[in-house]
Amino acid sequence: MSEKPIISARGLSVGFKIGSGLFNKTILKAVDNVSLDIKRGSFFGLVGESGSGKTTLGRAFLKAVPITGGHAAYNDDEVSYDLGTLTGPELKDFRTRAQLIFQDPYAALSPRMTVRDIIAEPLEVMGLTKTREETDARVREIAAKCRLNLEHLRRFPHAFSGGQRQRISIARALVSRPNFIVADESVAALDVSIQADVLNLLKEIQREMGLTFLFISHDLSVVAHTCDHLAVMYLGRLVETAPTRTLFKAPRHPYTKALFSAIPSLDPDDRKGGQRLIGEIPSPTNQPPGCKFHTRCPVVIDRCRIEEPKMEDPGDGHAVSCHRWKELLAMPAG
Amino acid sequence: MTALIDVQNLTLKFRTDEGLITAVDDVSFTINRGEVMGLVGESGSGKSVTAKALMHLNAKNAVYTPESKVLLHTDAGTVDVLKLRTAKELKVARGGAISMIFQEPMASFAPAITIGSQMVEQLLIHSDMNKARAKEISIEMLDRVGISDPAKRFDQYAFELSGGMRQRAMIAMALSTKPSLLIADEPTTALDVTIQAQVIDLMKDLVAEFHMGIIFITHDLGVIAQTADKVSVMYLGKIIEQGPVREVIRHAKHPYTQGLLAALPKLDDLDAPLTPVAGDIPSPLERPPGCVFHTRCPQIIGDVCKTKLPVDAQVDASHSVACHLYAEGAKV
Ligand SMILES: Nc1ncnc2c1ncn2[C@@H]1O[C@H](COP(=O)(O)OP(=O)(O)OP(=O)(O)O)[C@@H](O)[C@H]1O
Ligand SMILES: Nc1ncnc2c1ncn2[C@@H]1O[C@H](COP(=O)(O)OP(=O)(O)O)[C@@H](O)[C@H]1O
Ligand code: SF4
Ligand code: SF4
Ligand SMILES: [Mg+2]
Ligand SMILES: [Mg+2]
Repeated sequence: MSEKPIISARGLSVGFKIGSGLFNKTILKAVDNVSLDIKRGSFFGLVGESGSGKTTLGRAFLKAVPITGGHAAYNDDEVSYDLGTLTGPELKDFRTRAQLIFQDPYAALSPRMTVRDIIAEPLEVMGLTKTREETDARVREIAAKCRLNLEHLRRFPHAFSGGQRQRISIARALVSRPNFIVADESVAALDVSIQADVLNLLKEIQREMGLTFLFISHDLSVVAHTCDHLAVMYLGRLVETAPTRTLFKAPRHPYTKALFSAIPSLDPDDRKGGQRLIGEIPSPTNQPPGCKFHTRCPVVIDRCRIEEPKMEDPGDGHAVSCHRWKELLAMPAG
Repeated sequence: MTALIDVQNLTLKFRTDEGLITAVDDVSFTINRGEVMGLVGESGSGKSVTAKALMHLNAKNAVYTPESKVLLHTDAGTVDVLKLRTAKELKVARGGAISMIFQEPMASFAPAITIGSQMVEQLLIHSDMNKARAKEISIEMLDRVGISDPAKRFDQYAFELSGGMRQRAMIAMALSTKPSLLIADEPTTALDVTIQAQVIDLMKDLVAEFHMGIIFITHDLGVIAQTADKVSVMYLGKIIEQGPVREVIRHAKHPYTQGLLAALPKLDDLDAPLTPVAGDIPSPLERPPGCVFHTRCPQIIGDVCKTKLPVDAQVDASHSVACHLYAEGAKV
């Protein structure tokens, strides 16, 4: 990993206009004031409950949703782009450098195209190869990396198992030789064995090709095993970021702690229960004042209901946004 | 212990254009009152089809072998659910003694009817109470599953509720008729861990309170460890290992069960590599002969695995495994 960020966000916001009619339009803030650096070569994980804004933040980094506030920049050895203002040929170039892996391959793959054509499509759309031979060579090279053979390339996707379809989606995302990949696992229902296989493949490819990953997942044990850095989101905000091990060993935010304690233990004798997070994430169109988490926080105090906490990094790379995090360090875990 | 349901030699095939697909192959198990049985296995292994067989609810192209039996024991006596034909006969297995909750709660609620009307209708079908009483019970049940302001929710539509709330409403509806057996097919797979934990707690409370039996279907062994008393592991339509949850998770015997456990990312050892079960699950049209797992088994013994179907070997009185490694006379 390098110290230089490939993605940096400062006060980044993404709002969607919802509702119809002239007077009842509301702005739904899906991502709100997020500041974040993703270092080159990192496998960066983004976690949080459904609706917390993970997909939207990932899409903002791919310039696939409009940025409505703050800044986001992409930097590699060759180019520096401001994602807010990027247009024209530079935007086209950016599209070859940053890619999305659809983790719902059933929906993402066209049933009428052969696997070869599915993987080749981005090359053709972006005009990255000049001849059919060149395209074929690129497709074969990337297919081999994703453990797909020539026989596979001639077939149609319906003939493949879930794991193989995943490998096809990955090959398609990698064929333009991007530097930055967003892998959004919005459907977390993959079988464990397939999941282990796909995760191993992604890690292998990342090391081999020197890629940077933003890995979005609901599954905390999966991110614990694959990501070197983690960010936790709640209701459009970042609430905590840290190196993975630090975060798992000593989470600072009450929300992160609650997420961890909800992971079902594989030990049948460790059926804790009791100290569950109550209620659900509030609607983003009806956000609570003060700390966004105060309606569910087990250690809320009056101040939290009025004043929103700011992200604080005490200098150890472990940033947190909670009025009470320091105090809570001294309290027994719970 | 009182048996609620005995499934005996259940074999189920589907007629398709490509031929007969064997979805469930000679499956037997028993569920007792107050007992939670976990059913785990990869997608396509036959979990949902098995569950639906208990309600005789599979698609029209399903064919059951004559040996297949689903014996449902109720106060009124024992019936073989697979022999029931008319809607009236089937009532006992569909919402009467047995209720089911699904992975996608939207599927069990009609979009244009309020949650309350559907609950009331259920109750009127399965009991002889009047409408006012049915409404009372429905609201009580919504309250019981932790839905705030239940009288208001009663008049809402499913799409107006959040995912977690919908799941609770579905549980409330399934339980309002006081079934003795609840089938929960991946009830938490689509939920966040936080909400999953709430739903799991709720289901445990309800087992204790109503003393019913539950089949909990999931591909998440962590969820099984947290909920089940015993567990059956399915692969390509066969139960390849079953036993008490502690035994199966701590001392898994079947190479497939061991593989599933090894593939799980574990939080107490972040350095442990993730080891997938090698190879892909075969298509149900190409079921391997002999042991169905032999095409992927890292411990395959030899020809015996490729040609001879392994029978259940008892590891102890309650733990059994279908694998030649444990056949009588083999070294364990
Ligand atoms: N195009 C859009 N128009 C309006 N609202 C949107 C749009 N896209 C997302 N949202 C809203 O923004 C919020 C954040 O959504 P997002 O999809 O980023 O969440 P997520 O964290 O990825 O959730 P999940 O884990 O369920 O995938 C949600 O309330 C969502 O409904
Ligand atoms: N109506 C049907 N016709 C043909 N095949 C079916 C039908 N329903 C299910 N199957 C097949 O039966 C097998 C088991 O399916 P299922 O029980 O849904 O698996 P699981 O719930 O374990 O993921 C699969 O191969 C599936 O495709
Ligand atoms: S600021 Fe207050 S409400 Fe928010 S997480 Fe910290 S203690 Fe809880
Ligand atoms: S019977 Fe043979 S192939 Fe099947 S699981 Fe046992 S050892 Fe492996
Ligand atoms: Mg998402
Ligand atoms: Mg299923």
